[in-house]
This record gives sequence, structure tokens and C-alpha cells, in this order.
Amino acid sequence: MTNILNAILVIILVLNLFTLGTSRILTVIRIVAIQGFLLGFLPLLAHNHFSLASILIVLTTMILKAFVIPSMMSQALRDAQIKREFEPLIGILPSIILGALATVFALLFTSHIPLAQEHTGTLIVPSSIATILIGFIIVTTRFKALSQVIGYLILENGIFIFGLLLMGAMPMIVEMGVLLDLFVAIFVSCIIISKINKSFSSMDTRILSSLKE
Amino acid sequence: MPIYFVHIAFIITALSGVPGLFLRRGSLIAQRISVAMMSAGALTGIYGALTTFFSQTSSDMVSFPWLNMGSCYTGIDTLSAFFLIPVFLMGMLGSIYGLEYWAHDRHPSNSRKLAIFWGLLVAGMALLVVSKHAMAFLLGWEIMALAAFFLVSIEDCNRESRDAGWIYLISAHIGTLALFAMFTLWKLVTGSYMLQTVAESSVSFAVMNTFFFLALTGFGLKAGIMPLHFWLPAAHATSPSHVSAMLSGVVLKMGIYGLVRWLSLFPNPPYAWGGILLVLGFVSGILGVVFALAQHDLKRLLAYHSVENIGIILMGLGIAMLGQAGNQPVITVLGLSGCLLHVWNHSFFKSLLFLCAGSVIHSTHTRQIDQMGGLSKVMPWTALFFLIGAVAICGLPPLNGFISELFIYLGLFNTIATYPGGLVAAISVIALAMIGALATACFVKVYGAVFLGLSRNNETGHFRESSIVMLLPMIILGALCIIIGLVPVLFTNILAQAVSVWSGIESVSLCNPAAVAPLSTVSLVAVVLVFVTGVIFLIVRNLNKRTPQAGTWDCGYAMPSPKMQYTASSFAHSVVSMFRWVVMPREHKPHITNVFAESATFSSHVNELVLDRLLLPLSNVVKRSSGWFHWFQQGLIQQYILYILIALFLMFCTQIPFKELFEKWFIH
Repeated sequence: MTNILNAILVIILVLNLFTLGTSRILTVIRIVAIQGFLLGFLPLLAHNHFSLASILIVLTTMILKAFVIPSMMSQALRDAQIKREFEPLIGILPSIILGALATVFALLFTSHIPLAQEHTGTLIVPSSIATILIGFIIVTTRFKALSQVIGYLILENGIFIFGLLLMGAMPMIVEMGVLLDLFVAIFVSCIIISKINKSFSSMDTRILSSLKE
Repeated sequence: MPIYFVHIAFIITALSGVPGLFLRRGSLIAQRISVAMMSAGALTGIYGALTTFFSQTSSDMVSFPWLNMGSCYTGIDTLSAFFLIPVFLMGMLGSIYGLEYWAHDRHPSNSRKLAIFWGLLVAGMALLVVSKHAMAFLLGWEIMALAAFFLVSIEDCNRESRDAGWIYLISAHIGTLALFAMFTLWKLVTGSYMLQTVAESSVSFAVMNTFFFLALTGFGLKAGIMPLHFWLPAAHATSPSHVSAMLSGVVLKMGIYGLVRWLSLFPNPPYAWGGILLVLGFVSGILGVVFALAQHDLKRLLAYHSVENIGIILMGLGIAMLGQAGNQPVITVLGLSGCLLHVWNHSFFKSLLFLCAGSVIHSTHTRQIDQMGGLSKVMPWTALFFLIGAVAICGLPPLNGFISELFIYLGLFNTIATYPGGLVAAISVIALAMIGALATACFVKVYGAVFLGLSRNNETGHFRESSIVMLLPMIILGALCIIIGLVPVLFTNILAQAVSVWSGIESVSLCNPAAVAPLSTVSLVAVVLVFVTGVIFLIVRNLNKRTPQAGTWDCGYAMPSPKMQYTASSFAHSVVSMFRWVVMPREHKPHITNVFAESATFSSHVNELVLDRLLLPLSNVVKRSSGWFHWFQQGLIQQYILYILIALFLMFCTQIPFKELFEKWFIH
């Protein structure tokens, strides 16, 4: 089981780098959808037991992260008529390198913190930290509003992976609450993005910040 | 028992603005309710304060719980009661004055704010005066400071008003910071936050001096001692007149109260403290009055006179401290009586002057002295009360300013006679005399330009005397000035009790300034003076009936126009030019090129000593040199998230044992 778990986590790490390495927003949305689909398996693999609650979480996670949220975002993308992130703060290649460094750093870091016995063999902690850092990198270096939403989504994925450690301790309702929050947040921002686009010609957050006046 | 009255008064006054929130904006009923509540609360408080003087019981303490602090204490003694009376009196009179001056229906946008913060201001001051515990004191102090901030910036649509408010807020918070430091140190040294005298031996000399200078900064900023007075002129000039009266008459006195109360905790102060207070006092006094002379704005002028009077009060306190240091009860009693009586006097006559100024401004809609003139014909009552206030503030007999200055003079003479090398005291006598003379010059200027002569404004027809609502507070304050001036003996017993609490001299009769000062002679002379003046007035008026009517100040022109009158600025010019080295007036003179002069303008203005010449240039330097910091704060959300990322990264880094890794990889 641990091997399959680690294999999925490695795929997730690779997908992270993929998101950094492409400027087509639609591709990034699809990658995040695949990531969300894979994330759905993790609770089953991490704890080896199939209760009704865990299956419910798995299904909800998969449906939300792999289908509902990506389709909302691609809808917003169509409305906003943008295809690419043209001018990120850091170029595509440097940001892949930065993401790789963040992954290495996460691995290095987790090898030196004391973990519970059952978590030492898995990649849960390093991959969650790496995903969180990469989410942060996307949020800080991309300027399109939709890219930022994706960044937050990846950030949340990282937190979700970390949450696997606490799966036994945390009641299901918390998981569900987090998912609901995420769903609502993205729902709202997608609506806002397509609405703003109708009255405001740009989706660049640097220009959007002038709206606060 | 009296403390409970003060507590009830505290609650009623604090809530006096609240009913207005539930009524319509600009509703006159709301204003009347708040004035009624304020008056009821104030009268309760005054009753409580007065019973303290006459009940002869020792002060009782009330404790109330305070989070993480155990209990907090309030209690009333005669010194607190002495300061409570002006607080409540002005709270009541000011709100009555506001009924017409700041009527809710004419100021619907900010009158509710004014009512609420007026109530809180009075309540905050009442709390700080009765607190016996540092926390309660600071609570009252902050309520007062913040309420005063909202009152100063009440017309927040005006830039001038907002700027004055910010400068006030900054200075108030610097003062509070000093007080926090002071009380924390007090807790460290004495082990409690209680404001009680401690054994001399437990406090080292250096710590005592630290206390003194922290108190001088913290309380001095509020009181407006000369280098720390920078917030005062703008705040007094821009706020509504009854708020200026409250600020100048009462809020400044809270700084004095703090200083007086705090210094009473050290029964054997070093001589230097008294000397420093005396020097600061006469410097504030002279510079305050000199700057007042150079002002063109009526309320700014009165504000600088507050600096002057705070200087006189400080001189009294300095004398008292010298008396305590040398264990000379007579000097202590004279100095402190002068200080405390001048606190009362100043709060009466300065409030009176500000209320009169408000009445003038209410009618003329300008604060510029040089645009007024001849108002005694249209506003005879305001002119009369302004005259009373002016005579009182100049320290002329037979009004109250003379009595307190008399105590201070006597204290100074005693100091010179008692202490070897009383050089500072000798200089102070000269300085005090000079302050009196300059103040008289200044009020001759104001009264002459504002009330005498002809109107420099063409709209005299619109000018009206204020109604009885605005005159009533002036009548009460003017009457108090006259009563204290004519029969000071009535008040010496009250003074003696307050002095006794402060100085620790047990016997109240020993603290009575009437025993050392020739007060009955003063009363007699005053009555004679009033009588003689009255007679001369009647004779002159009869003579005047036969002289032809002519315009005053018309400079001998054949066809005078009101604009040719002697202006206030030119009147003050001779004195101001003597103090050119410190006042530094900026004059913009016309440049005459042709034989026949063309139309030209002349203007002059005076920059504030500390604010405009020191603090603003300094803050500009700081602003310019810290422009690079904008690079970190651009309002870009990505940037802020990057900061979180960096912080997260650094936090992770602390967990990685770099040293071990280094050894493992490179050294084996």
C-alpha cells in the first residue's frame, strides 16, 4: 500500500512542476484536475480501511476537485477570453527550477524533523510541503486573476495532503467543511472573474488593484 | 461617601450623549436631553466634591475588579475634589453654551458626535482625578485623550481641523507612552500600582530623577509646557469654541493635576526639581505671551495665553517643591496655593474668554482680529464679559488672577529671603512681572481691535448679541472671577485643605494662605478700586456727552474710513519687534518702484516655534530618508504573499541542522 501511496505522491509532485512549466491556463486547469483526481485516492491508501465516511470523503473530493471546480474555472476562462499567462514575474524555466528547489528543500527538511513512526516511510509530509510551497510560488509570480485562483487551489491541495496525517484524529465534518469552503471560494471568484471581465477589460491583478480606490 | 456621588456623576456624564443616538439626526430634543443629563451629572459631581471639603472625613476608597490586576481603587481627597469642580462646572456650562453655539439642527452631521465625546471627556477626566491606582488613572487619561481628539477634529471635513487633530493625537500618545513607562517603573520599584507615598529609602536618586523627567514629559505634553506645547495652538483654534474653552480651561489642567499628584508622592524632593519647574514656568510664561502678541487669530492668541498661564501655574508648583525640599511650610503653602488657585482662576477666566471669543466668532464668522472692530456697540454683554476675563487674565486687581499671582509673588519673595542664592527666584519675580505687563499689552490689543473703534467689516448689520443661553455660562464664570477677586477669604479654607493633602502638613490652619497673605487688605483695596473706577466712569461718561462724536482710531484723517484704523498687528508690532529673535515674524512687504505707489498688499505671519521650525522639518527629513521603504509596501498582494512564503521558509530553516549536514557531507 505504501508503495502505491508514494507512487501517487510522486506523480503529484511531478504534476506540480508541470503547472509551473506551462503558460496555457487551460492546460494548468487540467493538470490541477488530474491532481485533484489522484488526491481522492490518498485517504483510502493512507489508512487501509474502507469506512462509509472515508468513501464519502473520497467521492466528494474527487467530484469537486476533478470535475466541478475545473469545469467552473474553464467556464470562467472562456468568459474572460484569456488563454495564457503572458508575463509572469519569473519566467517559465526559472519557476520550474524554483519549484524543483522547493521540492528538494521539502525532502531535506522532512528528513530532519521527528515524525510519528507510521509516517516515516511515506512521502506525505515532504510532498505536502512541496505542494504548499509551489502553490505559494504560483500565487506570488503569476498576475492573472485566474492563475492566482489556481495557485490557491494547489496550496489547498498541499494542505489536504498534510491533513492525511490527521485523518484518524480529525472528524469527517472538518474535511467536509474545508471542501465546502474551497468550493464556495472558487465558485465566487469564478463568478467575479467573469463579471469583472464584462465591465473591466483586464484580468491583471496589478491593474485590478486600482479598483480598491 | 462623596466618592459615590462622583461615580454616579461619572456614569451620567459618560452616557449623556447616548440618547441622541436613538433620536433623529439634528434633533433639538436630543441635545436638550444630553444637556440635562450633563447638568444633572455635573451637579451631582460638584455636590460630591464640595462635601469632601466640608465633611471632614478621611477619604474612603472604592475598589473594583480589573482583569489580571487584582483590584483597582478610586478615592476622593480634597486635592481631587479641588480639580473635580472645574471639570464638572465647565462640562455643564459648555454643554449649555453649545445649545445655541452648536445647535443640533444647524450641525446635524457632527452634533451627535460632539455630544457623545463631550460626555466621555468629562467622565474620563472625573475618573482620572479620583483614581488611586495607575490603571484607573491611565484608563481615565486615555478616555480623555481620545475624546478630546474626536472633539478637536469634529469638523473633519476641514483639512485644518483634521491636521490639528492628528498633531494632537500624536502628542497625546507620546505623552501616554511616557506615562506607561513611568507607571511600569513605579510598579517595578514599589511593587504595586497604587499611587501612594513610599518610603524614601526604597527609591534611589537616579530612579527618582527618571520618574521626574518621565512625569514632566508625559504630563507636560498635556499641560502644554513650552517646548511641548506644539499641539496646542492649532487644536484650540480649530475646534468649536466651547471645546476650546474645555481644552484650555480644564484638559490642560489634567496635565497639571497629574504633575501635582505625582510630585506629592515624593515628600522630600531634591532642590533641583523646584528650580527646573520654576525655570520651565517662566520660560513658558514669557514665550507664551510673546507669541500670543504676534498672533492674528483670536483663538490662537488665547491658546498661547494658555501656555503663558500654565507657565505661571508651574512657577507656583516650582516654589512649592522648593519649599518641600527645604522643609519650609510657608513657602510650600504660598507656592501651592498660588498654583492651585491659578488652576481654578485660569479655568474660569480662560473659559470665559474662549466663550466670549466663540460668541464673537458666532456673530462675525471670522477668527481674524484685524477683520473685527467696534463690536462693543452691537454686542455689549459679550464685550463686558470679555473685559472681565481680560482684566482677570492680566492679573490686575480686583479680579481673581491677581490673587493667585499675589500668592506666587509672596512665595517668590519668601524664597529669595530664605534660601541662599535664590537667583532663580529673583529672576522669576522679574519674569512674572514682565508676563503681567506683556499680557496687559496683548489684551489691550485684542480688546481695542475687536470691541472698540469702528467695524472693519461692512456687514455690521448682521451682527447680533448672543442670546441668554450663550450669555448664561459667561455670567456664571464672570461672577466667579469677581467673587474670587473681591473676597478671596471665602476660598482659602478649601485651598488649605488641598494644600494639606499635597504637602503632608497635618494642620490645616498652618496650610491656610490667608495666614501669610494680607487678603483682607486686598479685599478692601479691591472694593475701593471698584468704587473709584465706578465714580471715574460716571464722571467721564457725563463729560463725554458734551464732546463731539468722532470715529476712534481714525489717525487724524479728514475723511477717515474704518480701514484706516490702527490695526492689532501694528499695535503689537513694537513689542513683537523686541522679541524678533525668538518670534521671527515673516513679513511680506510691498516693493515700491514708482513715484506714485500702486496698490499693494502687506501681510505678516508667525510660525509656531516648535512645530513649524523644528518638528515639521525634522519629520520631512525622516520622510525623505525613509522613502526606500515604499519598495516593500506597494499594495501588491503577490508581494505580501511572498513575505509569508519567506517567513515560512525561514521557519522551516530553523529546523534543519545545517551544521550536522555540513559535517556529514564535507568532513565525514
